[in-house]
Amino acid sequence: MRRTALILAPWVLMVMIWYAVALSGLVNASLMPTPHQVAARFWELANGGRLPRDIWMSTQRVFLGVALGIALAVPVGFLLGWYQGLRSFVDPVINFFRALPPIALIPLVVVYFGIGEPAKVIILFYASFFAGVIVMYEGIAQISPIFVRVARTLGASDLEIFRKVIVPLTVPHILTALRVALGVAWATLVASELIAAQQGLGALIQNAGSFFQLDIIYVGIICIGFIALSMDLALRAASRRLVAWQDRIGS
Amino acid sequence: MSAPACETPRIVFYRVSVEFDTAHGPLRVVEDVSFSVRDREFVAIIGPSGCGKTTMMNIVAGFVQPTGGSVTLDGRPVGGPGPERGVIFQEYGVFPWLTVEQNIAFGLNLAANRLPAAEKAQIVQRYMGLMGLGDFAKAYPKHLSGGMRQRLAIARAYAVKPQFLLMDEPFGALDAQTRSNMQDLLLEVLAAEGKTVMLITHSVEEAIYLSSKIIVVTARPSRIREVIDVPFAYPRDEGLHERAEFGELRSHIRDLVMKEYAAQQRQTARNLE
Repeated sequence: MRRTALILAPWVLMVMIWYAVALSGLVNASLMPTPHQVAARFWELANGGRLPRDIWMSTQRVFLGVALGIALAVPVGFLLGWYQGLRSFVDPVINFFRALPPIALIPLVVVYFGIGEPAKVIILFYASFFAGVIVMYEGIAQISPIFVRVARTLGASDLEIFRKVIVPLTVPHILTALRVALGVAWATLVASELIAAQQGLGALIQNAGSFFQLDIIYVGIICIGFIALSMDLALRAASRRLVAWQDRIGS
Repeated sequence: MSAPACETPRIVFYRVSVEFDTAHGPLRVVEDVSFSVRDREFVAIIGPSGCGKTTMMNIVAGFVQPTGGSVTLDGRPVGGPGPERGVIFQEYGVFPWLTVEQNIAFGLNLAANRLPAAEKAQIVQRYMGLMGLGDFAKAYPKHLSGGMRQRLAIARAYAVKPQFLLMDEPFGALDAQTRSNMQDLLLEVLAAEGKTVMLITHSVEEAIYLSSKIIVVTARPSRIREVIDVPFAYPRDEGLHERAEFGELRSHIRDLVMKEYAAQQRQTARNLE
Protein backbone atom coordinates (compact mmCIF):
# COMPACT_ATOMS: atom_id res chain seq x y z
CA MET A 1 0.00 0.00 0.00
CA ARG A 2 2.68 2.43 1.16
CA ARG A 3 4.94 1.11 -1.57
CA THR A 4 2.32 1.70 -4.26
CA ALA A 5 1.86 5.24 -3.01
CA LEU A 6 5.61 5.84 -3.15
CA ILE A 7 5.84 4.46 -6.68
CA LEU A 8 2.92 6.61 -7.86
CA ALA A 9 4.04 9.79 -6.10
CA PRO A 10 6.56 11.09 -8.68
CA TRP A 11 4.09 10.44 -11.51
CA VAL A 12 1.31 12.30 -9.77
CA LEU A 13 3.77 15.12 -9.08
CA MET A 14 4.74 15.31 -12.75
CA VAL A 15 1.12 15.50 -13.87
CA MET A 16 0.52 18.23 -11.28
CA ILE A 17 3.49 20.26 -12.50
CA TRP A 18 2.27 19.77 -16.06
CA TYR A 19 -1.18 21.10 -15.11
CA ALA A 20 0.38 23.98 -13.21
CA VAL A 21 2.50 25.00 -16.20
CA ALA A 22 -0.33 24.54 -18.72
CA LEU A 23 -2.91 26.43 -16.64
CA SER A 24 -0.60 29.16 -15.30
CA GLY A 25 -0.68 31.03 -18.57
CA LEU A 26 3.12 31.19 -18.65
CA VAL A 27 3.01 29.23 -21.86
CA ASN A 28 0.61 29.97 -24.68
CA ALA A 29 -2.32 27.51 -24.33
CA SER A 30 -2.01 26.40 -27.95
CA LEU A 31 1.61 25.34 -27.31
CA MET A 32 0.88 23.33 -24.18
CA PRO A 33 -1.96 20.79 -24.18
CA THR A 34 -3.18 19.77 -20.72
CA PRO A 35 -2.88 16.16 -19.50
CA HIS A 36 -6.58 15.47 -19.98
CA GLN A 37 -6.45 16.78 -23.55
CA VAL A 38 -3.56 14.42 -24.24
CA ALA A 39 -5.41 11.58 -22.50
CA ALA A 40 -8.50 12.23 -24.62
CA ARG A 41 -6.36 12.22 -27.77
CA PHE A 42 -4.70 9.01 -26.66
CA TRP A 43 -8.11 7.39 -26.19
CA GLU A 44 -9.23 8.52 -29.62
CA LEU A 45 -6.04 7.26 -31.33
CA ALA A 46 -6.05 4.00 -29.40
CA ASN A 47 -9.68 3.16 -30.22
CA GLY A 48 -10.04 2.87 -33.94
CA GLY A 49 -7.14 5.29 -34.57
CA ARG A 50 -3.65 4.58 -35.84
CA LEU A 51 -1.98 4.12 -32.44
CA PRO A 52 -2.19 0.30 -32.10
CA ARG A 53 -0.62 -0.11 -35.51
CA ASP A 54 2.11 2.45 -34.72
CA ILE A 55 2.94 0.75 -31.44
CA TRP A 56 3.04 -2.62 -33.13
CA MET A 57 5.34 -1.42 -35.93
CA SER A 58 7.75 0.32 -33.57
CA THR A 59 7.87 -2.54 -31.09
CA GLN A 60 8.48 -4.96 -33.92
CA ARG A 61 11.36 -2.90 -35.28
CA VAL A 62 12.91 -2.52 -31.85
CA PHE A 63 12.59 -6.26 -31.18
CA LEU A 64 14.08 -7.21 -34.49
CA GLY A 65 16.93 -4.69 -34.26
CA VAL A 66 17.79 -5.66 -30.69
CA ALA A 67 17.47 -9.39 -31.37
CA LEU A 68 19.86 -9.19 -34.32
CA GLY A 69 22.20 -6.80 -32.53
CA ILE A 70 22.45 -8.93 -29.40
CA ALA A 71 22.69 -12.16 -31.38
CA LEU A 72 25.92 -10.79 -32.83
CA ALA A 73 27.05 -8.87 -29.75
CA VAL A 74 27.03 -11.97 -27.51
CA PRO A 75 29.56 -14.06 -29.44
CA VAL A 76 31.69 -11.07 -30.46
CA GLY A 77 31.65 -9.59 -26.95
CA PHE A 78 32.42 -13.00 -25.52
CA LEU A 79 35.46 -13.52 -27.75
CA LEU A 80 36.76 -10.02 -27.04
CA GLY A 81 36.28 -10.47 -23.31
CA TRP A 82 37.81 -13.92 -23.22
CA TYR A 83 40.84 -13.29 -25.43
CA GLN A 84 42.45 -10.21 -23.94
CA GLY A 85 45.01 -10.01 -26.75
CA LEU A 86 42.29 -9.67 -29.35
CA ARG A 87 40.71 -6.86 -27.40
CA SER A 88 43.70 -4.52 -27.39
CA PHE A 89 43.44 -3.87 -31.10
CA VAL A 90 39.72 -4.37 -31.70
CA ASP A 91 38.76 -2.10 -28.81
CA PRO A 92 39.58 1.22 -30.54
CA VAL A 93 37.60 0.17 -33.60
CA ILE A 94 34.56 -0.65 -31.51
CA ASN A 95 34.81 2.62 -29.64
CA PHE A 96 35.12 4.49 -32.93
CA PHE A 97 31.85 3.05 -34.19
CA ARG A 98 30.13 3.28 -30.86
CA ALA A 99 30.88 6.99 -30.71
CA LEU A 100 29.13 7.61 -34.04
CA PRO A 101 25.52 8.62 -33.41
CA PRO A 102 23.25 6.30 -35.41
CA ILE A 103 21.44 9.35 -36.82
CA ALA A 104 24.64 10.37 -38.61
CA LEU A 105 24.47 7.12 -40.55
CA ILE A 106 20.93 7.56 -41.81
CA PRO A 107 21.88 9.17 -45.15
CA LEU A 108 24.30 6.34 -45.88
CA VAL A 109 21.82 3.68 -44.85
CA VAL A 110 19.25 5.25 -47.18
CA VAL A 111 21.76 5.20 -50.05
CA TYR A 112 22.66 1.56 -49.50
CA PHE A 113 19.42 0.05 -48.22
CA GLY A 114 16.73 2.39 -49.46
CA ILE A 115 13.88 3.57 -47.29
CA GLY A 116 12.12 0.28 -46.60
CA GLU A 117 11.84 -1.75 -43.46
CA PRO A 118 15.42 -3.11 -43.62
CA ALA A 119 16.88 0.40 -43.36
CA LYS A 120 15.14 1.05 -40.03
CA VAL A 121 16.07 -2.32 -38.60
CA ILE A 122 19.68 -1.81 -39.66
CA ILE A 123 19.91 1.46 -37.72
CA LEU A 124 18.47 -0.23 -34.64
CA PHE A 125 20.72 -3.24 -35.14
CA TYR A 126 23.74 -0.95 -35.31
CA ALA A 127 22.76 0.89 -32.13
CA SER A 128 22.01 -2.34 -30.22
CA PHE A 129 25.12 -4.16 -31.35
CA PHE A 130 27.60 -1.53 -30.24
CA ALA A 131 25.80 -0.87 -26.96
CA GLY A 132 25.57 -4.61 -26.28
CA VAL A 133 29.05 -5.66 -27.32
CA ILE A 134 30.72 -3.27 -24.87
CA VAL A 135 28.61 -4.48 -21.96
CA MET A 136 29.31 -8.09 -22.93
CA TYR A 137 33.06 -7.87 -23.22
CA GLU A 138 33.57 -5.75 -20.17
CA GLY A 139 31.46 -8.20 -18.19
CA ILE A 140 33.23 -11.26 -19.56
CA ALA A 141 36.67 -9.72 -19.00
CA GLN A 142 35.82 -9.36 -15.32
CA ILE A 143 35.05 -13.04 -14.83
CA SER A 144 37.57 -14.34 -12.33
CA PRO A 145 39.78 -17.15 -13.70
CA ILE A 146 39.51 -18.85 -10.31
CA PHE A 147 36.23 -20.56 -11.28
CA VAL A 148 37.78 -22.19 -14.33
CA ARG A 149 40.75 -23.31 -12.25
CA VAL A 150 38.54 -24.80 -9.57
CA ALA A 151 36.51 -26.66 -12.19
CA ARG A 152 39.72 -28.07 -13.70
CA THR A 153 40.97 -29.33 -10.35
CA LEU A 154 37.66 -31.15 -9.93
CA GLY A 155 38.24 -32.89 -13.25
CA ALA A 156 36.15 -30.83 -15.70
CA SER A 157 36.88 -31.15 -19.42
CA ASP A 158 37.01 -28.07 -21.68
CA LEU A 159 33.46 -28.68 -22.83
CA GLU A 160 32.22 -29.11 -19.26
CA ILE A 161 33.96 -25.91 -18.25
CA PHE A 162 32.21 -24.07 -21.06
CA ARG A 163 28.78 -25.52 -20.30
CA LYS A 164 28.88 -25.54 -16.53
CA VAL A 165 31.08 -22.55 -15.67
CA ILE A 166 31.34 -20.09 -18.52
CA VAL A 167 27.73 -20.17 -19.71
CA PRO A 168 26.22 -19.52 -16.26
CA LEU A 169 28.70 -16.71 -15.70
CA THR A 170 27.79 -15.20 -19.08
CA VAL A 171 24.01 -15.15 -18.60
CA PRO A 172 23.89 -12.07 -16.34
CA HIS A 173 26.00 -10.13 -18.84
CA ILE A 174 23.70 -11.12 -21.70
CA LEU A 175 20.75 -9.84 -19.70
CA THR A 176 22.51 -6.56 -18.95
CA ALA A 177 23.49 -6.20 -22.61
CA LEU A 178 19.85 -6.75 -23.58
CA ARG A 179 18.66 -4.08 -21.18
CA VAL A 180 21.21 -1.55 -22.37
CA ALA A 181 20.51 -2.36 -26.03
CA LEU A 182 16.75 -2.02 -25.53
CA GLY A 183 17.24 1.39 -23.97
CA VAL A 184 19.48 2.57 -26.79
CA ALA A 185 17.15 1.08 -29.43
CA TRP A 186 14.11 2.94 -28.12
CA ALA A 187 16.16 6.10 -28.05
CA THR A 188 17.19 5.56 -31.65
CA LEU A 189 13.73 4.51 -32.83
CA VAL A 190 12.43 7.96 -33.72
CA ALA A 191 15.59 8.66 -35.69
CA SER A 192 15.23 5.42 -37.61
CA GLU A 193 11.58 6.20 -38.35
CA LEU A 194 12.58 9.54 -39.75
CA ILE A 195 13.49 7.57 -42.85
CA ALA A 196 10.23 8.09 -44.70
CA ALA A 197 8.27 5.91 -42.31
CA GLN A 198 4.48 5.85 -42.65
CA GLN A 199 3.94 3.91 -39.48
CA GLY A 200 5.49 3.71 -36.07
CA LEU A 201 5.60 5.98 -33.07
CA GLY A 202 8.45 7.97 -34.61
CA ALA A 203 6.35 8.56 -37.73
CA LEU A 204 3.37 9.50 -35.58
CA ILE A 205 5.44 12.16 -33.81
CA GLN A 206 7.01 13.30 -37.06
CA ASN A 207 3.67 13.72 -38.85
CA ALA A 208 2.04 15.40 -35.89
CA GLY A 209 4.95 17.83 -35.86
CA SER A 210 4.32 18.88 -39.44
CA PHE A 211 0.67 19.58 -38.64
CA PHE A 212 1.40 21.24 -35.31
CA GLN A 213 -0.65 18.64 -33.43
CA LEU A 214 1.11 18.99 -30.10
CA ASP A 215 -1.23 16.67 -28.23
CA ILE A 216 -0.38 13.85 -30.62
CA ILE A 217 3.34 14.50 -30.15
CA TYR A 218 2.83 14.13 -26.41
CA VAL A 219 0.89 10.89 -26.92
CA GLY A 220 3.75 9.49 -29.01
CA ILE A 221 6.44 10.50 -26.56
CA ILE A 222 4.57 9.12 -23.57
CA CYS A 223 3.89 5.84 -25.39
CA ILE A 224 7.58 5.37 -26.18
CA GLY A 225 8.48 6.07 -22.56
CA PHE A 226 5.97 3.62 -21.15
CA ILE A 227 6.72 0.83 -23.60
CA ALA A 228 10.46 1.15 -22.92
CA LEU A 229 9.79 1.22 -19.20
CA SER A 230 7.61 -1.88 -19.23
CA MET A 231 10.17 -3.80 -21.30
CA ASP A 232 12.87 -2.83 -18.85
CA LEU A 233 10.74 -3.93 -15.91
CA ALA A 234 9.96 -7.23 -17.62
CA LEU A 235 13.64 -7.85 -18.28
CA ARG A 236 14.55 -7.00 -14.73
CA ALA A 237 11.94 -9.39 -13.42
CA ALA A 238 13.35 -12.08 -15.72
CA SER A 239 16.88 -11.32 -14.48
CA ARG A 240 15.78 -11.71 -10.90
CA ARG A 241 14.54 -15.20 -11.65
CA LEU A 242 17.38 -16.26 -13.94
CA VAL A 243 20.27 -14.93 -11.89
CA ALA A 244 18.91 -14.99 -8.36
CA TRP A 245 22.40 -15.92 -7.23
CA GLN A 246 23.86 -12.53 -8.08
CA ASP A 247 24.67 -10.01 -5.40
CA ARG A 248 23.46 -6.96 -7.26
CA ILE A 249 20.00 -8.04 -8.27
CA GLY A 250 18.32 -10.78 -6.25
CA SER A 251 16.65 -10.31 -2.89
CA MET B 1 48.93 -39.94 8.94
CA SER B 2 52.07 -41.29 10.63
CA ALA B 3 53.48 -43.36 7.80
CA PRO B 4 56.64 -45.46 8.00
CA ALA B 5 59.66 -43.65 6.59
CA CYS B 6 60.54 -46.48 4.22
CA GLU B 7 57.45 -45.87 2.05
CA THR B 8 58.03 -44.52 -1.42
CA PRO B 9 57.34 -40.79 -1.60
CA ARG B 10 54.22 -39.66 -3.48
CA ILE B 11 55.21 -36.11 -4.39
CA VAL B 12 58.83 -35.48 -5.32
CA PHE B 13 60.38 -32.10 -6.10
CA TYR B 14 63.79 -32.60 -7.70
CA ARG B 15 65.93 -29.50 -8.21
CA VAL B 16 62.92 -27.48 -9.24
CA SER B 17 63.29 -23.94 -10.57
CA VAL B 18 60.63 -21.63 -11.93
CA GLU B 19 61.11 -18.43 -13.89
CA PHE B 20 58.37 -16.13 -15.06
CA ASP B 21 58.66 -13.68 -17.92
CA THR B 22 57.74 -10.21 -16.76
CA ALA B 23 57.86 -6.76 -18.32
CA HIS B 24 61.19 -6.24 -16.53
CA GLY B 25 62.71 -9.47 -17.81
CA PRO B 26 62.72 -12.96 -16.33
CA LEU B 27 61.80 -13.28 -12.66
CA ARG B 28 63.08 -16.31 -10.78
CA VAL B 29 60.57 -17.31 -8.11
CA VAL B 30 61.71 -20.84 -7.21
CA GLU B 31 65.32 -21.99 -7.20
CA ASP B 32 66.71 -25.48 -6.86
CA VAL B 33 64.05 -26.86 -4.55
CA SER B 34 64.13 -30.56 -3.68
CA PHE B 35 61.91 -32.32 -1.17
CA SER B 36 59.44 -35.14 -1.05
CA VAL B 37 56.12 -35.87 0.55
CA ARG B 38 55.29 -39.38 1.74
CA ASP B 39 51.87 -40.99 1.71
CA ARG B 40 49.53 -39.39 4.27
CA GLU B 41 52.13 -36.91 5.30
CA PHE B 42 51.03 -33.35 6.07
CA VAL B 43 53.63 -30.91 4.80
CA ALA B 44 53.42 -27.19 5.49
CA ILE B 45 55.42 -24.72 3.42
CA ILE B 46 56.06 -21.47 5.19
CA GLY B 47 57.91 -18.33 4.11
CA PRO B 48 57.49 -14.62 3.38
CA SER B 49 54.62 -13.59 1.14
CA GLY B 50 55.33 -13.19 -2.54
CA CYS B 51 58.28 -15.58 -2.33
CA GLY B 52 56.97 -18.33 -4.59
CA LYS B 53 55.19 -20.71 -2.21
CA THR B 54 51.99 -20.57 -4.19
CA THR B 55 53.95 -21.33 -7.35
CA MET B 56 55.19 -24.51 -5.74
CA MET B 57 51.64 -25.55 -5.01
CA ASN B 58 50.51 -24.58 -8.49
CA ILE B 59 53.10 -26.93 -9.97
CA VAL B 60 51.64 -29.87 -8.05
CA ALA B 61 48.11 -28.73 -8.92
CA GLY B 62 49.12 -28.75 -12.60
CA PHE B 63 48.78 -25.03 -13.35
CA VAL B 64 52.49 -24.17 -13.63
CA GLN B 65 55.31 -26.06 -15.35
CA PRO B 66 58.72 -25.90 -13.69
CA THR B 67 61.35 -24.29 -15.95
CA GLY B 68 64.05 -26.50 -14.43
CA GLY B 69 64.11 -29.83 -12.59
CA SER B 70 61.07 -32.05 -12.22
CA VAL B 71 58.05 -32.66 -10.04
CA THR B 72 56.65 -36.18 -10.00
CA LEU B 73 53.44 -37.58 -8.57
CA ASP B 74 53.72 -41.29 -7.79
CA GLY B 75 56.72 -41.41 -10.08
CA ARG B 76 55.09 -39.69 -13.08
CA PRO B 77 55.65 -36.07 -14.07
CA VAL B 78 52.71 -33.84 -13.24
CA GLY B 79 50.42 -33.21 -16.23
CA GLY B 80 47.44 -30.87 -16.07
CA PRO B 81 45.08 -30.52 -13.12
CA GLY B 82 43.10 -33.59 -12.08
CA PRO B 83 40.47 -34.68 -9.58
CA GLU B 84 42.90 -36.83 -7.59
CA ARG B 85 44.47 -33.56 -6.43
CA GLY B 86 41.98 -31.44 -4.50
CA VAL B 87 42.92 -27.78 -4.37
CA ILE B 88 41.68 -25.26 -1.82
CA PHE B 89 42.39 -21.80 -3.14
CA GLN B 90 43.07 -18.74 -1.06
CA GLU B 91 40.02 -17.04 -2.55
CA TYR B 92 37.84 -20.18 -2.12
CA GLY B 93 36.27 -19.94 -5.59
CA VAL B 94 32.86 -21.27 -4.54
CA PHE B 95 30.55 -21.04 -7.55
CA PRO B 96 28.18 -18.15 -6.84
CA TRP B 97 25.56 -19.39 -9.33
CA LEU B 98 25.14 -22.74 -7.57
CA THR B 99 23.54 -23.48 -4.21
CA VAL B 100 25.52 -25.11 -1.42
CA GLU B 101 24.49 -28.63 -2.39
CA GLN B 102 25.01 -27.95 -6.09
CA ASN B 103 28.50 -26.65 -5.33
CA ILE B 104 29.39 -29.83 -3.47
CA ALA B 105 27.88 -31.96 -6.23
CA PHE B 106 29.69 -30.08 -9.01
CA GLY B 107 32.65 -32.44 -9.20
CA LEU B 108 30.43 -35.52 -8.85
CA ASN B 109 28.44 -34.51 -11.93
CA LEU B 110 31.51 -34.37 -14.17
CA ALA B 111 32.26 -37.16 -16.58
CA ALA B 112 35.61 -37.73 -14.83
CA ASN B 113 33.96 -38.77 -11.55
CA ARG B 114 30.60 -40.14 -12.68
CA LEU B 115 28.66 -41.88 -9.90
CA PRO B 116 25.22 -43.43 -9.40
CA ALA B 117 22.71 -40.77 -8.32
CA ALA B 118 22.03 -42.37 -4.93
CA GLU B 119 25.70 -42.47 -4.06
CA LYS B 120 26.09 -38.88 -5.21
CA ALA B 121 23.29 -37.67 -2.95
CA GLN B 122 24.81 -39.58 -0.07
CA ILE B 123 28.22 -37.96 -0.54
CA VAL B 124 26.70 -34.50 -0.77
CA GLN B 125 24.72 -35.11 2.42
CA ARG B 126 27.74 -36.46 4.22
CA TYR B 127 30.02 -33.49 3.53
CA MET B 128 27.28 -30.97 4.04
CA GLY B 129 26.75 -32.44 7.49
CA LEU B 130 30.43 -32.74 8.28
CA MET B 131 31.04 -29.10 7.38
CA GLY B 132 27.97 -27.86 9.24
CA LEU B 133 26.23 -26.68 6.08
CA GLY B 134 23.16 -28.93 6.35
CA ASP B 135 20.79 -26.06 7.07
CA PHE B 136 22.00 -24.15 4.03
CA ALA B 137 21.61 -26.80 1.33
CA LYS B 138 19.53 -24.53 -0.91
CA ALA B 139 21.30 -21.25 -0.08
CA TYR B 140 23.45 -19.39 -2.58
CA PRO B 141 27.00 -18.47 -1.50
CA LYS B 142 26.07 -14.77 -1.29
CA HIS B 143 24.17 -15.65 1.89
CA LEU B 144 27.12 -17.46 3.51
CA SER B 145 29.77 -16.08 5.85
CA GLY B 146 33.48 -16.30 5.01
CA GLY B 147 33.95 -19.34 7.24
CA MET B 148 31.00 -21.12 5.63
CA ARG B 149 32.27 -20.42 2.12
CA GLN B 150 35.58 -21.85 3.17
CA ARG B 151 33.91 -25.00 4.50
CA LEU B 152 31.93 -25.21 1.29
CA ALA B 153 35.14 -25.05 -0.77
CA ILE B 154 36.62 -27.84 1.34
CA ALA B 155 33.47 -29.95 1.10
CA ARG B 156 33.44 -29.53 -2.68
CA ALA B 157 37.09 -30.57 -2.95
CA TYR B 158 36.56 -33.55 -0.62
CA ALA B 159 33.47 -34.82 -2.42
CA VAL B 160 35.50 -36.15 -5.36
CA LYS B 161 37.72 -38.06 -2.92
CA PRO B 162 41.12 -36.66 -3.86
CA GLN B 163 44.19 -38.50 -2.61
CA PHE B 164 46.07 -35.24 -2.35
CA LEU B 165 44.92 -32.04 -0.75
CA LEU B 166 46.69 -28.84 -1.78
CA MET B 167 45.80 -25.81 0.28
CA ASP B 168 46.94 -22.24 -0.32
CA GLU B 169 46.45 -20.07 2.78
CA PRO B 170 43.07 -21.67 3.26
CA PHE B 171 42.29 -19.97 6.56
CA GLY B 172 44.03 -16.66 5.91
CA ALA B 173 40.89 -14.56 5.57
CA LEU B 174 39.08 -15.95 8.61
CA ASP B 175 38.84 -14.51 12.11
CA ALA B 176 40.89 -16.20 14.85
CA GLN B 177 38.03 -18.25 16.33
CA THR B 178 36.72 -19.54 13.00
CA ARG B 179 40.25 -20.26 11.92
CA SER B 180 40.93 -22.38 14.96
CA ASN B 181 37.65 -24.28 14.48
CA MET B 182 38.47 -24.90 10.85
CA GLN B 183 41.91 -26.26 11.76
CA ASP B 184 40.38 -28.75 14.17
CA LEU B 185 37.74 -29.74 11.65
CA LEU B 186 40.44 -30.33 9.06
CA LEU B 187 42.41 -32.57 11.43
CA GLU B 188 39.23 -34.50 12.25
CA VAL B 189 38.39 -35.10 8.63
CA LEU B 190 41.96 -36.07 7.79
CA ALA B 191 41.98 -38.54 10.65
CA ALA B 192 38.85 -40.15 9.22
CA GLU B 193 40.09 -40.34 5.61
CA GLY B 194 43.83 -40.07 5.27
CA LYS B 195 45.16 -37.81 2.55
CA THR B 196 48.54 -36.51 1.53
CA VAL B 197 48.50 -32.80 2.23
CA MET B 198 50.50 -29.78 1.13
CA LEU B 199 49.64 -26.58 2.98
CA ILE B 200 50.92 -23.12 2.10
CA THR B 201 50.74 -20.80 5.07
CA HIS B 202 52.06 -17.63 6.69
CA SER B 203 51.19 -18.72 10.17
CA VAL B 204 53.89 -20.49 12.16
CA GLU B 205 51.39 -21.73 14.72
CA GLU B 206 49.10 -23.11 12.06
CA ALA B 207 52.00 -24.92 10.43
CA ILE B 208 53.09 -26.56 13.69
CA TYR B 209 49.57 -27.37 14.83
CA LEU B 210 48.53 -29.07 11.62
CA SER B 211 51.53 -30.57 9.90
CA SER B 212 53.95 -33.42 10.36
CA LYS B 213 56.72 -31.68 8.42
CA ILE B 214 57.46 -27.99 7.91
CA ILE B 215 59.51 -26.62 5.04
CA VAL B 216 60.77 -23.10 5.62
CA VAL B 217 61.55 -21.32 2.37
CA THR B 218 63.66 -18.23 1.76
CA ALA B 219 62.80 -14.83 0.32
CA ARG B 220 62.41 -14.80 -3.47
CA PRO B 221 63.58 -16.85 -5.23
CA SER B 222 62.32 -19.62 -2.93
CA ARG B 223 64.99 -22.01 -1.78
CA ILE B 224 64.67 -24.43 1.08
CA ARG B 225 65.96 -22.86 4.27
CA GLU B 226 65.23 -25.70 6.64
CA VAL B 227 63.08 -28.83 6.84
CA ILE B 228 61.66 -29.48 10.28
CA ASP B 229 59.93 -32.64 11.48
CA VAL B 230 57.10 -31.80 13.85
CA PRO B 231 57.46 -34.19 16.81
CA PHE B 232 53.81 -34.25 17.93
CA ALA B 233 51.62 -37.30 17.35
CA TYR B 234 48.10 -37.14 15.94
CA PRO B 235 45.36 -36.69 17.03
CA ARG B 236 46.21 -33.22 18.25
CA ASP B 237 44.14 -30.76 20.22
CA GLU B 238 44.22 -27.14 21.34
CA GLY B 239 46.25 -28.10 24.44
CA LEU B 240 49.23 -28.54 22.13
CA HIS B 241 49.65 -24.78 21.97
CA GLU B 242 50.49 -24.73 25.70
CA ARG B 243 53.26 -27.33 25.52
CA ALA B 244 56.82 -26.12 26.07
CA GLU B 245 58.10 -27.92 22.96
CA PHE B 246 55.45 -26.15 20.90
CA GLY B 247 56.75 -22.81 22.16
CA GLU B 248 60.37 -23.69 21.42
CA LEU B 249 59.57 -24.90 17.93
CA ARG B 250 57.49 -21.82 17.33
CA SER B 251 60.25 -19.40 18.30
CA HIS B 252 62.79 -21.31 16.23
CA ILE B 253 60.62 -21.22 13.10
CA ARG B 254 59.48 -17.68 13.74
CA ASP B 255 63.14 -16.60 13.86
CA LEU B 256 63.83 -18.21 10.51
CA VAL B 257 60.70 -16.76 8.93
CA MET B 258 61.35 -13.25 10.29
CA LYS B 259 64.84 -13.22 8.80
CA GLU B 260 63.48 -14.23 5.43
CA TYR B 261 60.66 -11.76 5.75
CA ALA B 262 63.21 -8.98 6.35
CA ALA B 263 65.21 -10.13 3.33
CA GLN B 264 62.06 -10.04 1.22
CA GLN B 265 61.30 -6.51 2.46
CA ARG B 266 64.79 -5.33 1.47
CA GLN B 267 64.35 -6.94 -1.93
CA THR B 268 61.00 -5.23 -2.49
CA ALA B 269 62.46 -1.88 -1.39
CA ARG B 270 65.34 -2.32 -3.84
CA ASN B 271 62.95 -3.11 -6.65
CA LEU B 272 61.01 0.05 -5.97
CA GLU B 273 64.07 2.27 -6.20
